[in-house]
Amino acid sequence: MTEMPQMVAIFNGLGGAASAFVASSEFLSSPNSPFIIVCLSVFIGSLTFTGSFVAFGKLQGFISGRAVTFKGQQAINAVIALLSVSLILAPGLFFDSSMYSGYLNAFFVIIVLALILGVGLTIPIGGADMPVVISLLNSYSGIAAAATGFLISNNALIISGSLVGASGLILTNIMCKGMNRSLANVIFGAVGAESEGGSSDGKEMNIKSYSTTEAAMILDAAEKIIIVPGYGLAVAQAQHVAREVAESLEAMGKTVLYAIHPVAGRMPGHMNVLLAEANVSYDVLKDLDEINPEFEDCDVALILGANDVVNPAARHDQSSPIYGMPILNVDKSRTVIINKRSMNPGFAGVQNELFGYDNSIMVFGDAKDMLNDLLKEVKEL
Amino acid sequence: MQIDIVSLITIFILAVFVGNEIINKVPPTLHTPLMSGSNAISGIAIVGAILAILADAGDASKYIGLAALICATINVVGGFLVTDRMLKMFKKK
Repeated sequence: MTEMPQMVAIFNGLGGAASAFVASSEFLSSPNSPFIIVCLSVFIGSLTFTGSFVAFGKLQGFISGRAVTFKGQQAINAVIALLSVSLILAPGLFFDSSMYSGYLNAFFVIIVLALILGVGLTIPIGGADMPVVISLLNSYSGIAAAATGFLISNNALIISGSLVGASGLILTNIMCKGMNRSLANVIFGAVGAESEGGSSDGKEMNIKSYSTTEAAMILDAAEKIIIVPGYGLAVAQAQHVAREVAESLEAMGKTVLYAIHPVAGRMPGHMNVLLAEANVSYDVLKDLDEINPEFEDCDVALILGANDVVNPAARHDQSSPIYGMPILNVDKSRTVIINKRSMNPGFAGVQNELFGYDNSIMVFGDAKDMLNDLLKEVKEL
Repeated sequence: MQIDIVSLITIFILAVFVGNEIINKVPPTLHTPLMSGSNAISGIAIVGAILAILADAGDASKYIGLAALICATINVVGGFLVTDRMLKMFKKK
């Protein structure tokens, strides 16, 4: 289930390719089909194809998850895009229908350009923004299908295609809001490439590292516990043992809730799926707006492999790259227990000042190992 | 083709509205299944692929149609299987 986003990316790429193939086939069999629509379908389809596979490679770790950027990258992409647009439009203006070979050449060049552009647009986007990219590509494959529908005058394709296109755009929009960034910023911003460094970089942080035994004792004294799962939990496949810990805490009469940030995981709603897989009842899964007031009277916030989504710098530090992003206000709770593998910054590349707060304690280790230990300790209480 | 284009555009725009209405009502919990489901739907190009193969045309376009059919089928079958697996986990116990 952790690999779900990769699967979706692959299927999506094939969907885009299928639309492009259908349009090509139609163009080759009836040269009189409207060139602009053929190209639109082929262009978007091919772009979706390579873009999705780059996204897959990044999520799977074949390609560096970091943003890959080089000088003049934007310019190259812009040139390719402009070239493609002019190639799509120009033949209609300068060729007449007798010049089929001219059309055909333009057609092949457009395919190549789209394939390159798909890579060029996806490669500079960092791993944290992959959910947005995948849902955007999903929307593209829908648009490609709709364009194909226009080409072959098929209502089924138009309707399904535009439905998918609309749904992809809406999800993309929801996620962009979750990160307080515009779509343009996600696509061209390349966060994570260079560390702009928030103000917390310079400050020495007073990190308190605790053992799981001590963490278990703190949990024992708590009444209300909110678990904040992040991608670290998903990577460690720790959702099942997290549920067991929560259940044994509940058996001791404590309240346990889960706080799900809109961009937790690698896909919209990804964390919900993982927790549902672990049989966590979905009425204890709370979204951002529901859970934030709850932190005020919460005894322990248990953060499992989440980082940027709980960084208080997003609220006050204007120099931070994540400033303005809606976050979970875990720092409002009495104690914050943070489980992380190391002090490495999250995907946004910023150090989290939360770790140095007076009410924060760190428990280092793999989420699954740590939770297994914690489960033993809690059961012995 | 010429007479059709207006009604095709009308259908397109209406479908966008319907899509908008439907998706806005899906709770965030189900966004992942929604995405993989709609992804599977984009494999609707399978219809186009079948039409392309059946069309009375040259070999080249038939083979390309076959490639389209393969891609679209993987997209549809894989997409729906993944969605189904996810939705099963959301069933009330």
